[in-house]
Amino acid sequence: MNSPIELQPDETFILNVGPQHPATHGVLRVKMEMNGEYIVNAETVIGYIHRMHEKMGEVKTYPQFLMNLSRMDYLGALGYSHGHVLLVEKASGIEVPERAEYIRAIMVELNRVSSHLFWFGAFVMDLGGFSPLMYALQDREHILDMLEGVTGSRLTYCYFRFGGVYNDVDDEFISAARRFIPRMRKSLKKYHKLVTGNIIFRKRLEGIAPLTPEMCRKYGASSAVARGSGINFDVRKNEPYSVYPEFDFDVPVFHECDSLARYNVRMEEMEQSLRIIEQGLDKLPDGPFMPEKKPKLIKPPAGDYYQAVETARGSFGIRLVSEGDKTPYRLKLRSPTYSNMHLFDEACRGMMIMDALAFMGSLDLVIPEIDR
Amino acid sequence: MICEKTKLALQNLFPAPEPKEVVTEDAGDEKGKKVPKEPRPNGLLERDYAVHGYHLDAQVSPEQLLEAVTILDEAEFFIESITGVDWIKEGQLEVVYDFSRYDFELCRVVIRTRLARNAPEVPSITGIYAGANWHERETHEFFGIKFAGHPYLVPLLLPEDADFHPLLKDFKA
Repeated sequence: MNSPIELQPDETFILNVGPQHPATHGVLRVKMEMNGEYIVNAETVIGYIHRMHEKMGEVKTYPQFLMNLSRMDYLGALGYSHGHVLLVEKASGIEVPERAEYIRAIMVELNRVSSHLFWFGAFVMDLGGFSPLMYALQDREHILDMLEGVTGSRLTYCYFRFGGVYNDVDDEFISAARRFIPRMRKSLKKYHKLVTGNIIFRKRLEGIAPLTPEMCRKYGASSAVARGSGINFDVRKNEPYSVYPEFDFDVPVFHECDSLARYNVRMEEMEQSLRIIEQGLDKLPDGPFMPEKKPKLIKPPAGDYYQAVETARGSFGIRLVSEGDKTPYRLKLRSPTYSNMHLFDEACRGMMIMDALAFMGSLDLVIPEIDR
Repeated sequence: MICEKTKLALQNLFPAPEPKEVVTEDAGDEKGKKVPKEPRPNGLLERDYAVHGYHLDAQVSPEQLLEAVTILDEAEFFIESITGVDWIKEGQLEVVYDFSRYDFELCRVVIRTRLARNAPEVPSITGIYAGANWHERETHEFFGIKFAGHPYLVPLLLPEDADFHPLLKDFKA
């Protein structure tokens, strides 16, 4: 006969979440010290799909490295490529035609909407609601079709070139994008009706996982993690680049600091991205999409250069140390989720495990982007 | 404003004897790599934001590092990243700290420090910025730089038993 199992009040045990756990959305592992349902301590273990992009950056020439950027964040790849091309253009003084910059901004924003849609579906699925994912993927499919028509790929785009883009947008794309905007606005209303007001959903997020602005600063958090904690920080506004100063859009900021605030920021961001796409299509100038003369060999002069951009996941920074060769001397990729994920260990102490998993979902993790 | 203030505060780190401590860099000092360059002395440089993407560039000695980072912490900078650069020809390793602010007044600051390549050691800034933890672990495994006072300096992205430093220039796979 089994003897009864008795737990002492302060007895803790170690719970291993991942690296193959569905709630982590990738190969992420968290070692948690638990007291019953409560987390006493947590340690995040990353690096399961580390590919050493930074070393590849030192070995490959500048154009060869273009395709690596989209292998970092597979949901919002274009934002990362944008940072890379802007940096190399700045360093080597390549002029970009205005049309190309507009096309880039439109594409990046479309990609941002598709990334947020996937996050929305997956996040609600984490909390137990399955159907929103199906709706979200249906909308996302329209974006992927549009992007496929122009860029030739659906996920790992290699569309931007130094000085412009690889392919011009055609009338088909423009009319599809114009049709998409009202459709997406209608869908957003549907999502709010279906999910945002849902009492079960709200109870799981409201007041859960408060992140103070001070903590965000110490960890260098960005994107919805910072903006959900009352920090008005969006690289597109704070450090304008490309043609973003030409667009009229708002940066949603919520001051509740909880998981719901982070959800609200991203939902509102989709609407703002639609506004940018709309204005971009209206303003899209005629002209070349690649510069007429561009250097055959890209060799930025010696020195170091930094470029930050706002991707779907936050402030992505890229630092280049050049010695004037055709490969970079050093290329550092600062990924936003790396910093956002880092604060999880400290923030989840004392939380119940199901709240912690909801919190993890609200961080919008893409593991290949953390591991690089 | 913030940039000016930070500049003055960082300037105090460097004693005055040499008068030309702040050198406003002309945008085209990129003469080419053939000329062997003098190692840069510690000091503060103002950079052209439009070219380099940051405003202030302070090279400090490892002993001054904590002081410099404290100045930035008090001015409410957030930590962007930490990384290393292997200057193999000069026999030095460089640690580069990027800082920026959640503000519309743009000011990007780079703190860098040079270490001897054979025994690279620098104080950890995790006591000031908790978020430096992973960045320092990453720099440690990629370059073999020791961060003194780091609470848990084990490989982060590489396997836990990795005893190589892949971003060193003399690393052969």
